[in-house]
Amino acid sequence: MLALFILIPFILLLILNLPFPFVNAEVAFWLSAFLFLMQIVLAFVHPWLAWSNYTLPLGQFSKFKLVLDPLTLVMLFTIGLVVLISLLVAKCTITTEKRKFHFINLLLISLVGMNATVLVSDLFSLYVFVEIAAVAVFVLMAIEKSRFAIEGTFKYLMLSIIASIFMLTGLAFFILACGEVTFAGIHNVFLSGTNLVLLNFAVGVFLCGLFIKCGAVPFHGWVPDAYSEAQSAVSVLLAGIATKITGVYVLMRLFTSVFIVKASLQNALMLVGLLSIVFAALAALKQDNIKRMLSYSSISQVGYIVLAVGCATPLALLGAVLHFFNHAVSKSLLFVNTAAMEKKFGSTDISIITGMGNQLPVTNNTLLIGLLSTAGIPPLLGFWSKLIIILALFQAQRFTYGAIALLASVITLGYFLFMERNVFFIKTETSADKSGVPFTIKFCEVLLAGIVIAAGLTLPFILNSQIFYFKGFSN
Amino acid sequence: MTLNLILLFVLLLTVIWTVMTIRLVHAVVGLAVTSAILAAIMYRLGSPLAAVFELSVCSGLISVIFITTVSFTQRLSKERLLIRRRERLLRFLYLPLIIIVVGILLVKYLRIPQFNLPYFTGPEDPRSVLWNLRHLDLLGQAVILIAGVFGVVVFFKEDNK
Repeated sequence: MLALFILIPFILLLILNLPFPFVNAEVAFWLSAFLFLMQIVLAFVHPWLAWSNYTLPLGQFSKFKLVLDPLTLVMLFTIGLVVLISLLVAKCTITTEKRKFHFINLLLISLVGMNATVLVSDLFSLYVFVEIAAVAVFVLMAIEKSRFAIEGTFKYLMLSIIASIFMLTGLAFFILACGEVTFAGIHNVFLSGTNLVLLNFAVGVFLCGLFIKCGAVPFHGWVPDAYSEAQSAVSVLLAGIATKITGVYVLMRLFTSVFIVKASLQNALMLVGLLSIVFAALAALKQDNIKRMLSYSSISQVGYIVLAVGCATPLALLGAVLHFFNHAVSKSLLFVNTAAMEKKFGSTDISIITGMGNQLPVTNNTLLIGLLSTAGIPPLLGFWSKLIIILALFQAQRFTYGAIALLASVITLGYFLFMERNVFFIKTETSADKSGVPFTIKFCEVLLAGIVIAAGLTLPFILNSQIFYFKGFSN
Repeated sequence: MTLNLILLFVLLLTVIWTVMTIRLVHAVVGLAVTSAILAAIMYRLGSPLAAVFELSVCSGLISVIFITTVSFTQRLSKERLLIRRRERLLRFLYLPLIIIVVGILLVKYLRIPQFNLPYFTGPEDPRSVLWNLRHLDLLGQAVILIAGVFGVVVFFKEDNK
């Protein structure tokens, strides 16, 4: 039954491309919006997913070996939410009907890829669906066909191919060492301790590919161009969820279900995490374009997740999942804010839009919430996720890592406040015309800001009530 | 074993030529030859079906697509060609040296330990593997083809209208 999370978007994709007279961009929009909404609801009220044990009479399609656990539920919920927001933003920012229709189709393909990535229990299938999500995103990034968008796409494509080579090579060595590619099978070979040299080599090579997909330092070269040059709705998808599922989720899944975590592996991962946090935060200070600043901030926040995964205690993994969710929501919010700015001013350069914040009151307030949550200010969701990660680091006697991660939060707050001051708090003699931003974008801004606040205020309740089954993330 | 090593060495040479050559058509031919040699290696290692796929798709079909695309481009003038060739040579001057040094180091110091490799116990018939074992990946294959079609439509067809 879980296969429906993969099959329904695929069937919808086929229906939209059959020569039915009633199919157009508007119908595609509403059908897709309903589908994304259903995914959010089903992932949130997961007890209803008890029907996942029921097997539909779908022949071979019902025999997919899929997995449903707390991590999958959080991912399905987040994917549904960000994809829905991206769709809503696209409705306002993509001008031609034809292009809008293509965007929706590619969004459905990326949804198939991402849903399957989080549901599969097999390393080879995971690789296949990671690639599907990535291919859909390549085309989406270049959908506007501007010179800079194509340049950003090209950089992402080239580095993604290198990442794929690493991942495939790692996979080949996993097959050589284990004779199979299921998570459980590989985990059992790790437990048995045979062929450890081959397994360690496979893990190392596979991780290099994943670091490129994550955009972690020093594999981050493609991220700023890809995030900042893409169309607004694509930026939301890319920064909010696509690269997180294809890189960060896979890392979390491998560390919770497949690999046996060793000290050397932990140290390597934590070093990459820390480098990402510090270097990206420092690089963000220099940026004069909001989208580029957010791109570097994204690298820095991914660093926190990698750091927490490397720490590998149950508390750290809980922090990693929470920070993943916070990052997806906050970054989507911030990129929706930039969509509003682009719509209003046609630019996100700080020098061009300085002092014009009074024309965008909703964007102004929601941007502040997104920035504060990303920087880790209480009582917003980002505060709790960072607090849990830093507590886990201290608990695991990783004091230096914890202290540097804490200091980097201050840098994050610094560059965000600098941007906020320049854009919204400097008074200039501009007109107070508050029109120009569509209601849908304002709705997305308020919705995402509401989630950041509500999740932050009710987090203890969420953890205790096990709505997301956040407890017990460990091997 | 000796023939396999010779094939691997020739494969390395064709790969280097594919990367180093200045003309796109030469690079495509180099890629086709590389794929053909790879197919021969696959056949010798006991994967005849993989070899057939490699030969027909990578060496055949993809080369045709590449050459069709290259035929739409313009040939470089002799002067530009000379400049490009010089630039390329300077850029890759150290590549053969690096390969030789790495090769010597590997031969001298790399000692591959004995592995207790598992025996594959699944079905050996590729049809059975594809349809019964990897059917989710087949669905993935279908989706990625559709993504490719949308790529072509987005990049080329929209402009024509």
